[in-house]
Amino acid sequence: MATTYFTSDHEWLRVDGGIATVGITDYAQEQLGDLVFVELPETGKKLTKGDTAVVVESVKAASDVYAPVDGEITEANGTLSSDPSLVNSAATGAGWLWKMKLADESQLAGLMDEAAYKAHIA
Amino acid sequence: MTGDDSKHLPLEDIHTAAGARFGAFAGWSMPLTYPAGVMKEHLHTREHAGLFDISHMKLFEVSGPQAVALLNRACPLDAGALEISQSKLSFFLNEAGGILDDLIVTRLGDTRFMVVANAGNAVADEKHLRELATNFDVKVEPLDRVFLAIQGPEAWAVLSRAGIETGSLLFMHGVEPRKDWFMSRSGYTGEDGFEIGLPEADARDLVAKLLGDERVLWIGLAARDSLRLEAGLCLHGQDITPETDPAAAALMWAIPRDIRASGAFIGADALRAAVERGPAQKRVGLKPEGRQPVRAGAALFDADGNPAGHVTSGGFGPSSGHPVAIGYVATALAKPGTRVFAEVRGTKIPVDISSLPFTPHRYRKG
Repeated sequence: MATTYFTSDHEWLRVDGGIATVGITDYAQEQLGDLVFVELPETGKKLTKGDTAVVVESVKAASDVYAPVDGEITEANGTLSSDPSLVNSAATGAGWLWKMKLADESQLAGLMDEAAYKAHIA
Repeated sequence: MTGDDSKHLPLEDIHTAAGARFGAFAGWSMPLTYPAGVMKEHLHTREHAGLFDISHMKLFEVSGPQAVALLNRACPLDAGALEISQSKLSFFLNEAGGILDDLIVTRLGDTRFMVVANAGNAVADEKHLRELATNFDVKVEPLDRVFLAIQGPEAWAVLSRAGIETGSLLFMHGVEPRKDWFMSRSGYTGEDGFEIGLPEADARDLVAKLLGDERVLWIGLAARDSLRLEAGLCLHGQDITPETDPAAAALMWAIPRDIRASGAFIGADALRAAVERGPAQKRVGLKPEGRQPVRAGAALFDADGNPAGHVTSGGFGPSSGHPVAIGYVATALAKPGTRVFAEVRGTKIPVDISSLPFTPHRYRKG
């Protein structure tokens, strides 16, 4: 059973069996505006919490998306190469950015649940 | 978020009610986007009519017996050769020929002109003009106006429905259709369109009429930037600065030939010397390969990895369907089709020198 976590940097993580699927929240995509390019990470890349994992580019600006926890990239959402606007239209679904194998599941304890995130952006 | 010292648009309440997202630009709190979003706003302007609040820009009226003489000193311009209602792009230059600001000068009467200046330079421009004006019999009057732009192929039609006929007005001409109004057929999108300076009460009335027309959408600063970038138009502070002269900026077309040769404008000697030498770098269009935008500040390299220039504006062109940019490259590399490379986050992206504009201008010239 998957559990969803949120970060104060407006990312979501859906964790299932030691693998986290990561994306940006609907609030974040609204702030960024229409995305035109997503620079995806390579599979196998090891990330430490706080590293830039992905760069999302809107018409106007480029923004970093950070690794919310330590881990190794197992998959990037290749669909975004041809359709970056999926991040706008389905931020928490088909617009996911990458999947990573968690290095230390105890790091999840520092993240927010949905109620706490909603309070964070309120 | 904008600081407390930001200046606020007179119509800010209307933008707030329209759902604008605000951001700081040139000391102003400006609508960046509306709920439609930059992509839709951009495309709507190219297809229908976009309404922009550009009240951050400044209108100056220059009048008096020596108005022509003042403008000929301040700008590389033959102000006396302008016909009444004719507009011209010009500049304030420094003594080194660098561009302090780009301006639109319109002749309103024999001894009366309208000067439209950029927001970020408005204070410095006024000081500059006033200092020069002490040597001439002229009056420099900053006007308290709301300034609106209506841009796009249906701009004339929506103005007509709002009771404003524009029929005989051609591109780069400006008139005073009502008391304290200034309306020119111009803009910064590459489309046919108009800019109207008018008192706030009149502006509220006009905006209400225009927004009642389904062909009109508010357009924010983000789309204004992508529209002008596709149209190959310079943003002062980025694509042109006090460190760039009109020769390097590929803007010599704005300076009449006889003025280049014999005009007594500020910066004339330096500009003539720069033209004589030939610019070391030139402003060009840049078309990155693929979909990744190349943005202002990115360094450019030639095929051998030698520094070749830099990007001054860059983003995505919603109408072009690909990234677009403007920058400066070594003159030897400035020919369209030449390939250079932009460094973005450690990767070199192939970029082709492109002629400007990226989307054809659709001005109504006659």
